[in-house]
Amino acid sequence: MQSTTGLKNNVHKAFLEVFEKAQNHTLSELRAQAQAHVNALDLPTKRHEEWKYTSLEAVYKTDFKIQIERNEDEASFLEHCQKTLPITEEAHHLVFVNGHFSPKSSLILPEGKGIRIEPMASVIRQDSEWLTAHLDNYTTDAEDAIFTALNTAYFTDGALIHVPRATELSYPVVLHFLSDARAVNSLAQVRNLMIVGENSRLKVIENFIGIGDYKHLSNSVTEIAVAPHAHVDHYKMQIDESLNYHVGTTYVRQADESSFSNTTISLTGDIVRNDLKIKLGERCESYMNGLYMLKGKTHVDNHTAVDHAKPHSESHELYKGILDGQSRGVFNGKIFVRQDAQKTNAFQSNRNIVLSDKAAIDTKPQLEIWADDVKCSHGATTGKIDTEALFYLQSRGISKKKAQAMMVQAFAKEVTERIAFESLREFLALQIEHRLS
Amino acid sequence: MLQIKNLQARIEEENILKGLNLEVKPGEVHAIMGPNGSGKSTLASVLAGREEYEVTGGEVSFDGKDLLELAPEERAGEGLFLAFQYPIEIPGVSNTNFLKTAINEIRKYKGEEELDAVGFLKLMKEKAKLMDIEQSLLSRSLNEGFSGGEKKRNEIFQLLMLNPKLAILDETDSGLDIDALKIVSEGVNKFRNKDNAVIVITHYQRLLDYIVPDFVHVLYQGKIVKSGTKELALELEDKGYDWIKTEVLA
Repeated sequence: MQSTTGLKNNVHKAFLEVFEKAQNHTLSELRAQAQAHVNALDLPTKRHEEWKYTSLEAVYKTDFKIQIERNEDEASFLEHCQKTLPITEEAHHLVFVNGHFSPKSSLILPEGKGIRIEPMASVIRQDSEWLTAHLDNYTTDAEDAIFTALNTAYFTDGALIHVPRATELSYPVVLHFLSDARAVNSLAQVRNLMIVGENSRLKVIENFIGIGDYKHLSNSVTEIAVAPHAHVDHYKMQIDESLNYHVGTTYVRQADESSFSNTTISLTGDIVRNDLKIKLGERCESYMNGLYMLKGKTHVDNHTAVDHAKPHSESHELYKGILDGQSRGVFNGKIFVRQDAQKTNAFQSNRNIVLSDKAAIDTKPQLEIWADDVKCSHGATTGKIDTEALFYLQSRGISKKKAQAMMVQAFAKEVTERIAFESLREFLALQIEHRLS
Repeated sequence: MLQIKNLQARIEEENILKGLNLEVKPGEVHAIMGPNGSGKSTLASVLAGREEYEVTGGEVSFDGKDLLELAPEERAGEGLFLAFQYPIEIPGVSNTNFLKTAINEIRKYKGEEELDAVGFLKLMKEKAKLMDIEQSLLSRSLNEGFSGGEKKRNEIFQLLMLNPKLAILDETDSGLDIDALKIVSEGVNKFRNKDNAVIVITHYQRLLDYIVPDFVHVLYQGKIVKSGTKELALELEDKGYDWIKTEVLA
C-alpha cells in the first residue's frame, strides 16, 4: 500500500509549495476539486477492473522529481524531437520539456485571424476566465479516474488549440512532449485543450519522447471538442526508443454531424497506457485506429470507449498488434449504444500477430447495447504468422526473414496507410522493416 | 537435372512416399498421374521443401546438389519452381512488389545484380501479356480475391517471370475452364526449352493434350508403378486406374 500512496504524496508535496506561493489563484476551484478527487481515490493496482492486466508497481516505486518551473531553455530540443518523428510536411512544432513549454525550440507559424495555438501556461496567466469556462468540460470520469484528477489538479502546461468556425489551419500542429531524464527521474503532466469550431478542420499529432538514463513518466490529458461539421484528425505517437512510462487519456466530444479520427501508434516504452474516450452526438463519424508493435519487455495497454448517445452515428475501430520478445499487449474496447442511439453502426476489430512464445496479448471487447435497431460487430484474432503464406513466399526465393517482414509490413499497413502524413507513413514503414531485419 | 532415389516421406505419422524413383533430364516433360491419395501432391511439397513433410529416406539431387539439405528459398534460388495447386492469398502484399522482391532475391542468391525498375517493368509487361494478366491484377494484393482461373494464370505468370530450371505444376489444371487451360498451357509451352524441364502433376489427361509429355508415370501407394510415353495417359483416361491397382497387387 505504501508504494501506491508514494506517487500521490510525491505529487501533492511537490506542488503544495507552488500553490501556496502563487499570487493568482487561477483555476483554484477546479484544482481544489480535483485534489479532493485525488485524495478520495486510490492509485490503481491490478485489482482494479480497468487495470487488470497492467501493473504500475514499477512506476509507484520510482522516486520522481517534478519540475515546477521551466528550466533553462534549450533550442536544441526541437532537433531531437524531429529526429524521433521526422515529419517533412511543414507544421507548427510546440515543444514541452518536462511539462513546460520551450519557446526556444518551438516553431509556431503564422495562421489566420482567430486561430489560437498557445501554451496553456500563458493562457492561465492571460485568459483565465475563458479557460475556467472551457477546461475540464469534456472529461467524463473526473471522479473515478485518478490520473485525470492528478492531471487537473497539478498540470503545469500543455497546448491550447482553438480553431474558430469555418477555418482550416494552414499547417498541422505537432506537439512534442519531451521528458528530460538526464539528471533525475522526471514526472511531467501536460494538459491539452483543442476546440474546433463549426465547419473547421484540425490535424494534430502528440509525440511522446524521452532523453536520459533516468526514468520518466508522463501523465497527459487531452480534451478535444469537435463542433458540427468539423473534422479533427488526431495522432498519438509512442515511437521513441527512450520512452519509459506513459499514462494518458484523450477525451473527445463530438457534436452532431462531426467527424473525428484518432490513430495511436505504439512501438516503444516500458509501460504505456492509453485511454481514448469518445462521446458522440447525432450523425457523427468516428475512427479509432491503433497499431502496437512491441518487443523486449514493452507493455502497452490501449483502452478505448465510444459512447453512442444519439442516433445515426457510426464508429469504426481497428487496432492491430505485432508482439515479439516478452512484450505484452492489452486491448480493451468498449462500445456503448444508448437507448436513444437507434440506427447506430459500430464496428470493432482487434487483430494480433504473436511472433514469440513469450509475448502475449489480452484482448477484451465490451459491448453494451440498449437500442434495438443497430448494427454492431466486433472481432478479435490472435495468431502466429500464417505458415502457408510464409512457405509460398519462400518457394519464390524470398528468405524466411524477409517473407516474415513482408507479411508483418502488410499487416501493419492496414493501419498505417490511414495516416495523413506521407513522411510519417514512410518513416513507420522503415521502422517496421528495420525491426524485422 | 533431377534425380530422385528411393524417396520416402511422411506427414505426421502417415507414410506417404514409399520409395520413389525418378530421373528428369533437361528438355524433358514428365507427367505424373495417379489416383487420389497416391502421393502426387506430397511429392511436389517434398521437392519444394514444405516443412510439415518429413523425409525418412532416400535422396534427391538437383543439378548435383543435395536438394533436401536446402531451405525452400534456396531451392528456388537453385532454379526450382512449384506452381501451387491452391495459390495462397496474401493481403497487403502487392503482386508487383512480391514479384520484384522474388526476382531480386533469386538474382542475389545467384550472385547476379538486381534488376532495375525499368528492366523489371519491361519484363513484367511482356510476360503479363502472354498470360492475359491485366494491369489491375498486378497492383492488387497477391492472389487476394482472384478467381480460380486468375490464380492459376498468375502462377504460370510467376513461372515465366522467374524462369527457373525445373517447373513442377501441381494440378494446375484443376478448376480451369477450357480457355484458361489453353492460356496456362501456352504459357508453359513458351517456358519450355532444351535446357529446362517440367514435371506436370495431374489427375486427368486433358492438360496433356496441350502440354505434351515425353514420359508419363503412374504414382500409386507412394511409388511409381508404371512408366511410359504419352500413350499411357490416354490409356489411363480410357480405362481408369483400376487395372493399374490390379497389376500392382498381382
